[in-house]
Amino acid sequence: MTITIETQTDQPLLELKDLRTHFHTFAGVVKAVNGVSFKIGAGEIMGLVGESGGGKSVVGFSILGLIESPGKIEGGEILFDGEDLAKASDERLREIRGRDISMVFQDPMTSLNPLHTVGDQMDEVLRLHSNLDADARKQACIKMLESVGISQAEERLKAYPHQFSGGMRQRVVIAIAMLAQPRLIIADEPTTALDVTIQSQILKLMRQQIADNGASMILVTHDLAVVSEMADHITVLYCGQVVEQGKTRDIIESPSHPYTRGLIDSIPDPTDRMARLNQIPGNVPDIRNLPKGCNFRARCPRAQDLCAEQEPTLKPQHNSLVSACHFPLQPGEK
Amino acid sequence: MFGYLVKRLLQMTLVLWIVSVIVFLMMSFTGDPVFMVVPVDATDAEIAQARRLLGLDQPMPVQYWRFLVSLVQGDFGYSYVFRQPAMTLIMERLPATVEMVLVAMVFALVISIPLGVYAGANPESKISRFIMAGSLLGISLPGFWVGMVLIYLFAVQWGIFPSSGRGDTAEFFGLRISLLTGDGWHHIVLPAITLSLATTAILLRMTRAGMMEVGRQDFMKFAKAKGVSRRDVLYRHGLKNAIIPVVTIFGLQLGDLIAFATITETIFSWPGMGKLLIDSIYRADRPVIVVYLMLVALIFVVINFIVDLVYTLIDPRISLK
Repeated sequence: MTITIETQTDQPLLELKDLRTHFHTFAGVVKAVNGVSFKIGAGEIMGLVGESGGGKSVVGFSILGLIESPGKIEGGEILFDGEDLAKASDERLREIRGRDISMVFQDPMTSLNPLHTVGDQMDEVLRLHSNLDADARKQACIKMLESVGISQAEERLKAYPHQFSGGMRQRVVIAIAMLAQPRLIIADEPTTALDVTIQSQILKLMRQQIADNGASMILVTHDLAVVSEMADHITVLYCGQVVEQGKTRDIIESPSHPYTRGLIDSIPDPTDRMARLNQIPGNVPDIRNLPKGCNFRARCPRAQDLCAEQEPTLKPQHNSLVSACHFPLQPGEK
Repeated sequence: MFGYLVKRLLQMTLVLWIVSVIVFLMMSFTGDPVFMVVPVDATDAEIAQARRLLGLDQPMPVQYWRFLVSLVQGDFGYSYVFRQPAMTLIMERLPATVEMVLVAMVFALVISIPLGVYAGANPESKISRFIMAGSLLGISLPGFWVGMVLIYLFAVQWGIFPSSGRGDTAEFFGLRISLLTGDGWHHIVLPAITLSLATTAILLRMTRAGMMEVGRQDFMKFAKAKGVSRRDVLYRHGLKNAIIPVVTIFGLQLGDLIAFATITETIFSWPGMGKLLIDSIYRADRPVIVVYLMLVALIFVVINFIVDLVYTLIDPRISLK
């Protein structure tokens, strides 16, 4: 058995330092992202995991500067290739969007403009981000469509989104995202809206595209099963904060945070038909009004008095794991 | 496509036929036109003769049949008042009305679309609130009052624009058009602004509502994530998706203004159809009213047809069937 040694280059492709994105609503300040830090190296896939309302998508939109009023990046750094995107001008961000960092959205039925042809929506990326002439752009679009598995690509360029099925549309969205050969793809629940049979096709396609282009990816999802197949690293978010980080295998085999444990246990085991479907009791607390101490306390089977008093900070745990828990799980512990 | 056109044409003919029935019935039950054509001291024999000459002694179905045949032949009869073909009377005045309405609609579009897009994209901003308050004024202020204020300010006080009339016109295929002369343009500005006010306000509010709706769509965010500029996101991706209701209202307003520009025409002494219609109604000048009503019906039917064609140009999911 060979032991792979983690090779972390000096400068990661993307590094988030204490990112805080808040939404100022009438009902109070929603701290959707509240001090999130992580690193992604070139060619790596990172899974960003958590329940709905955990702030996962907001992280993705923050990186691209697509947070809209009443939301605002309150602090922290978004270092992309050493450049802080949180302080970048709108103009600079527009250059980066689609060219260096692109996005794949959750619902392919709504992420394409129904009134423009697929070809036009692809061409738009190259018009913005390349110096190719019209013919070269068309060839590039055809090649890209073929590489995401759409046959008769030249014909299909003239088609409108409604003439494609959901899975095909997501292929088109991926083609658009990959077209300018970006170095980072942010995929926001890219398979959630698709049929199960299509899901694995799309995931395979994405992994292959990432590998072919040497790009990195942030895979935002609530589905740990998806992430465990795809990602090199996992960051688990809860209430806008990182609760656990580490290598995928370490996290899946033996998480240290009870929340991660709960998420893993919620994946149905296909081999055990009689097993009850596990769930994490309770709900995500009101993010405008977080409790004192640990945010997960009320739902945590290991909670003690200390958890109500003191907010846990991120500490190194076993293997590659880092987690924020006063009473972390030990290796092998259930 | 061809099948659709044939079907559509039949539909339009059907609508026009129904209108002709309604127009005929209305005309038959509103006063006796014989008294318009005979002298005040006419004898009973003379009245009976006039009635015979006009065909009014025939039973209703026969009268309608004659009416319909002459409609189809384009023969609308002579105006009882002017002793000229009714069609000629209308066609002399139609260009004046149409050009004023077209200029008004262009004003309305040029102002309402950009402001509506802005207000829809930035619903919270102070400028948007100002625009929306302005549009509310545009809807609520009566046209005749605005027209009089404009005349008072721009014609009487400052003397920038003339207060009435059409100015010089130039002949174009036998039609007198004032848009072909500088003086005509000078004259058309005030009435066109007056006429455009309400339409501008309505189109603006429709555009804003549409843009607010579209702004929530994923494809807008996806376009931004592609690096598309704000302007292109709003106009290329947003507006195209928001414009269909605006096109619908635009078509209806266009027909409406052509048919009922009467008040504005009266205030600015604009020699259009509206004035003629009012006079004809007062004098029970049946042939002129008939031409007018049939023409208005035709205009609405044609505009609606064009609007439907425009839909298909905008949205590939709408097909001609």
